[in-house]
Amino acid sequence: MTKHPDRIAVAERTAGPDVARRPGVGSRIASSLGYSLGLPMLLLVVWGLLATRSTNRFFPDPLTIFEAFVDTWVGPAFVEDVLPSLYRLGLGITASIVVGIAAGTIIGLVQWLRELLEPLLEFFRAIPPPVLIPVVMLLLGITDTMKVVVIVSGAVWPILLNTIEGVRATDSVMTETAESFQVTWWERLWFLVLPAASPRIMAGVRQGLSVALILMVISEMFASSAGLGYRIAYFQRNYLIAEMWSGILLLGLVGVFLAVVFGIVERRVLRWYHGLREVNRA
Amino acid sequence: MPDRSTLLRVEHLRKVYESATGNVEAIGDISFTMNAGELVCIVGPSGCGKTTLLKCLAGLLRPTSGVVEMDGAPVTGPSPAMAVVFQEYGRSLYPWLTVRGNVELPLRHKKFSRAQREKLVTDALVAVGLDHAARSHPWQLSGGMQQRVAIARAIAYQPEVMIMDEPFAAVDAQTRADLEDLVRELHTSRNMSILFVTHDIDESVYLGERVLVLSKSPTWVQEDLAIDLPPTRDQITTRALPRFTELRTHVYDQIQRAKRGKTVDAQPAR
Amino acid sequence: MAVPSTRRLRGLRKALLGLTGLAGFLVVWQLIPTLGLINSQYLPYVTDVFARLAEESVDLAFWRRLGSTMKSWAIGLTVATLAAVVLGTVVGLVPFLRRATHTMIEFLRPIPSVALIPLAVLMFGIQMQAALVIIIYASFWQVFVQVIYGVADVDAVARDTARSFGLTRREQLTHLVLPTALPYLMTGVRLAAAVALILAITAEMVIGNPGLGRMIELSRSAGDSVGLYAFVVVTGLLGLAVNLVFRFVERRTLSWHESIRGEQAL
Repeated sequence: MTKHPDRIAVAERTAGPDVARRPGVGSRIASSLGYSLGLPMLLLVVWGLLATRSTNRFFPDPLTIFEAFVDTWVGPAFVEDVLPSLYRLGLGITASIVVGIAAGTIIGLVQWLRELLEPLLEFFRAIPPPVLIPVVMLLLGITDTMKVVVIVSGAVWPILLNTIEGVRATDSVMTETAESFQVTWWERLWFLVLPAASPRIMAGVRQGLSVALILMVISEMFASSAGLGYRIAYFQRNYLIAEMWSGILLLGLVGVFLAVVFGIVERRVLRWYHGLREVNRA
Repeated sequence: MPDRSTLLRVEHLRKVYESATGNVEAIGDISFTMNAGELVCIVGPSGCGKTTLLKCLAGLLRPTSGVVEMDGAPVTGPSPAMAVVFQEYGRSLYPWLTVRGNVELPLRHKKFSRAQREKLVTDALVAVGLDHAARSHPWQLSGGMQQRVAIARAIAYQPEVMIMDEPFAAVDAQTRADLEDLVRELHTSRNMSILFVTHDIDESVYLGERVLVLSKSPTWVQEDLAIDLPPTRDQITTRALPRFTELRTHVYDQIQRAKRGKTVDAQPAR
Repeated sequence: MAVPSTRRLRGLRKALLGLTGLAGFLVVWQLIPTLGLINSQYLPYVTDVFARLAEESVDLAFWRRLGSTMKSWAIGLTVATLAAVVLGTVVGLVPFLRRATHTMIEFLRPIPSVALIPLAVLMFGIQMQAALVIIIYASFWQVFVQVIYGVADVDAVARDTARSFGLTRREQLTHLVLPTALPYLMTGVRLAAAVALILAITAEMVIGNPGLGRMIELSRSAGDSVGLYAFVVVTGLLGLAVNLVFRFVERRTLSWHESIRGEQAL
């Protein structure tokens, strides 16, 4: 506890002159590169050193993992295991978004429907998504459709509930404005209700994305003979440690990729929202 | 003076909010008429149901009894003949649309060609002096400018009457004076009919050709006062006129009485 | 008092409608196998599922399994929260660390925690520790990110006020930084609690350490569809309970705080 305050002091003291000095463009780029890559590099080096010295075979060094990554995933495995997984993931996510927003808008706009379904939806949202895998398997058998349905059955809830919440909370003055100018129903949906709900909807989509990825992996670990999740579980069962790590790495990359794509879309869709918040905070 | 036929007629308007254990009478009995091309200010003590009255006029609320007529036709819902400028510009303008998008939105369902629509929007933005900010978002503008956008939206809608609900209550004094002059300017140069609701006595006298003083709730029209100031008004000279002072004192007295809840046998302002 | 009574009426209507919805769902569920739309082997009668729930609820073994699920949930959540609070406060307060860890966090956070299941199994086999690795990893990020935001969110004017009145660093930490960060922390903990439960049950399903998740997997492989549905309902109720409790706690601590923040889970 006593260490902290000193550190704050140091940080503040260095922050001051730094701003005043205004370093040139080159050194600014260098410093931001240093900041963003410094720690990851450091950790990789430490990991490498520890891995080569220790005898623990569960933690191979980064180079070995990298080699395994290239050997395992660059080539036919990418087409056979990775692409189908990603395809199902994409399909599941798209379906979840479409269904979630469409149903959420209707439920959010119709009060009696909302009150009728609310407890039910709360319950469905509370079910841990992976337990739906055996249920969907039972109903649909072990098929590709089942895997997509599993993804939707888990990822749709956060999107649906957030859409309902967002649509319901449309500002009363904004609604009155639309009314007084006799804006038509469709225009109201498109120019008022959906944009007003979009911050909540995007928050829901973000949650939905991570649920979808988890369900993709688990459904393949569980009931499959191909796919990214199946491969990783297979490597583990056969003690192909480096290959298993490369699979974890690939899943991480898929996660990061999804997050980056989402971030770009979110920044576009919610540009007004972030701007507004910044103005309000200032 | 152009044609001054009756535009808006309100007769025995009454609004009671019903609830399970008791009714709240917000508006008792309001009657007045407004001619085309007039600028009428409605002023009253706080909580006197100004907003309720305005919502009834704009067709956003259904009165309990009484009639609101626009050009001789009863108002039963929002009408294309009226455009409302709300007090809360921050919530009345849509932050996800640009300034232009906001002004354009109510025109989308009107049968205009694209070129006509663009022209209307541009004209309206020029009229409020915001043509340079068309591509900004409302939240990038100051409060006064945002309210100008809301006014531009009302102008572009080409209503027969513009209804303004305490539009300048949330802006600073200097901006407020500018906006008041903008309203006067729209009224005189475009001959717009404007119904202006405010709680500010000076504002009502400075802007209006007529001031309706409302009683406290349940509301009726306590006085219908003609403002006989010259039509060209100026923030400094008009406000310095002795007549201005007389009128504002008179309205002030009326409001004080209204607050105390005294029925007033209207003493005419002399 | 007009307002409370209409509110009560509306509340009553809402409750009635909600119950109707619930009842309607159960009736439809019962009708589908009765009418033969789906074979009762795949979608059992709702009455059978409820009978099974009643049966399980007097079975000590059921409660023991529930207990072990909740035990790994509680341990995982506690460890993750403590670690996240300590690390989050340090990183949040020191601008240098915040900048240096940014990329690392952005890369590690989206890694789906279930990707670590094989690794956890290798390290710990089918013991609870394997499940804990997954639970802690997933719920750590929820709290950690919120704490960083919270600690960094201290109002500039409030900070200047504290400085100008000569509050010591320690006083600033306890009277300024912690109160600011508390609502964020509570949001993080609520999200983490839900995530921890999901992963506790998932781990049991996939890894096979004892608990409700394992019962679901066992029911499935044994073709016991009534049991499967019964346990799924139990996990739903459990999730509901966790959500309600933590939402209540959060609302309590958040009551003075106006900020609305976007939520993110998993």
